[in-house]
Amino acid sequence: MIRFTNVHMNYPGGNEALRNINLHIEQGAMVYITGRSGAGKSTLLRLIALIDRHSRGQIIINGQNLERVRKRRIPIFRRHIGFMFQDHRLLNDRTVFDNVALPLVIAGYRHQEIRKRVQAALDKVSLLTKVNSYPRALSGGEQQRVGVARAVVHRPAILLADEPTGNLDPALSWDTMKLFEQFNQVGVTVLIASHDLDMIKRMSKRIITLKTGRILTHSGTPTEA
Amino acid sequence: MKQVNRKKNTRPNKTFNSELKRRFDMWLLQHAQAFIFSLGQYIKHPISNILTTAVIGISLALPASFYLLLDNVRYASSSWDGSVQITLFLQTDVDESHAAEFANILSSDSNIRETVLIKRDDALAEYQKLSGFSEALNTLDENPLPNVVLVKPSLDSTDEAETEALIKQLEAMPEVDSAQYDSRWLKRLLYLLDIVNRLIVILSTLLAIAVLLIIGNTIRLSIHNRRSEIEITKLFGGTDSFIQRPFLYSGLWYGVFGGIIAWLLITISMQMLHGPVKQLANLYASNFQLIGLGFGNSVILLASGIALGLFGSWIAVKRHLRAIEPV
Repeated sequence: MIRFTNVHMNYPGGNEALRNINLHIEQGAMVYITGRSGAGKSTLLRLIALIDRHSRGQIIINGQNLERVRKRRIPIFRRHIGFMFQDHRLLNDRTVFDNVALPLVIAGYRHQEIRKRVQAALDKVSLLTKVNSYPRALSGGEQQRVGVARAVVHRPAILLADEPTGNLDPALSWDTMKLFEQFNQVGVTVLIASHDLDMIKRMSKRIITLKTGRILTHSGTPTEA
Repeated sequence: MKQVNRKKNTRPNKTFNSELKRRFDMWLLQHAQAFIFSLGQYIKHPISNILTTAVIGISLALPASFYLLLDNVRYASSSWDGSVQITLFLQTDVDESHAAEFANILSSDSNIRETVLIKRDDALAEYQKLSGFSEALNTLDENPLPNVVLVKPSLDSTDEAETEALIKQLEAMPEVDSAQYDSRWLKRLLYLLDIVNRLIVILSTLLAIAVLLIIGNTIRLSIHNRRSEIEITKLFGGTDSFIQRPFLYSGLWYGVFGGIIAWLLITISMQMLHGPVKQLANLYASNFQLIGLGFGNSVILLASGIALGLFGSWIAVKRHLRAIEPV
């Protein structure tokens, strides 16, 4: 599903964010990427989503060589990916429904279909009652779950989460992780960048540890998990 | 049930066509969404949008009303022929048949396009009718008016010197008592109108640029304000055309509402001027009436508003939207 071969990433200005990364993540895997701030966790996710382009090496996502994905095709490519952020990045002038519906509206779904799917996604994160609220009226944990619903509503093949639990207390973080696990169980490949090592270890999934742009350790495999 | 039937009918023969139709439906749907969404955005921020639209409306109304004014002046002066006309007052001893012969000879001159003979009796009758002095004129023993020949030169009417030469030549003829060439002021008016016309073209261009800048800047601000939304939309696979669509439609709305405001301003002004102008025209025994915008010009006004709105927002979108990439 995701294969990195000798991948280097230099940001303009010479800052080397990733060095010689080799990794393979199978379809349906759930993988944690950890490491200190600046170790390259976010960069790894950004390369997968084509937010940044890698400098050297080869990345193949879902059978597609990313070098061959032209700028025009990037939007279509991204429709197979769901995103989660630490700061939620919800649109504050839109209701919860409209926020969650965004990926479906972008993909051009019909209204009835959108309503059905948004309701299903919100039901999954137990926020069906907040469908007409605005994000500001929700607690941090609820906003986070709206973000989860938005990330999976279009049934992406890959879910990328960048520090999804950064602002949550341990109990809520745990709930969010369990939610990811549920999506993973229905076949979504899940990549979570996080520095919350205690929790990651409790989830007993594959862990990739980065340090200054290199893979330091590679513990656990999908088969072990 | 219906849907199932339709699928069954279309699927076997033309999957390509149904795919095309699906895409077209999607395209139409997304346009409808952007259309309504941008209107919703417009209504959501009424004060700032109404102010912007009012500025656009006034900028459109100014050149439009000047054109209208020019139209009206042209219309009012259209009863006077644009070309030069020379009035020849013949000697009183030239009788009607002689005058007709003289007019005929003149019209064969290559410098003269047309001559019209006004017989002295006809002139008197018309004068009696129009002046209101009929009683007084009846007391005259003899018609005091001479025969008159109106001469329209075939010369280029803008060439003063040639016209002057022709007048001198005509005045020298024995039948002619005096020649009058009093349309100089009319020509001055026409020249003046020409200058005014140019000025209006310049003014319209400047105001059109102003409208473009206003709309462009407004759209630029709204792109800036919705930066995070644009980033998220790009992250979830929104294409450039998907993202720019609502902004283009906002430009359209500014144009439409600006055009409507301009139309209202002009129509109300015309209504206010209508009465006084009619009273003035009555004093001059004229049945002149102000020409309003009419259907055609209203359409042009609205269309210019829409065109400027779309173009202004297009410029802003091209300049600023591409620069925003997800971070």
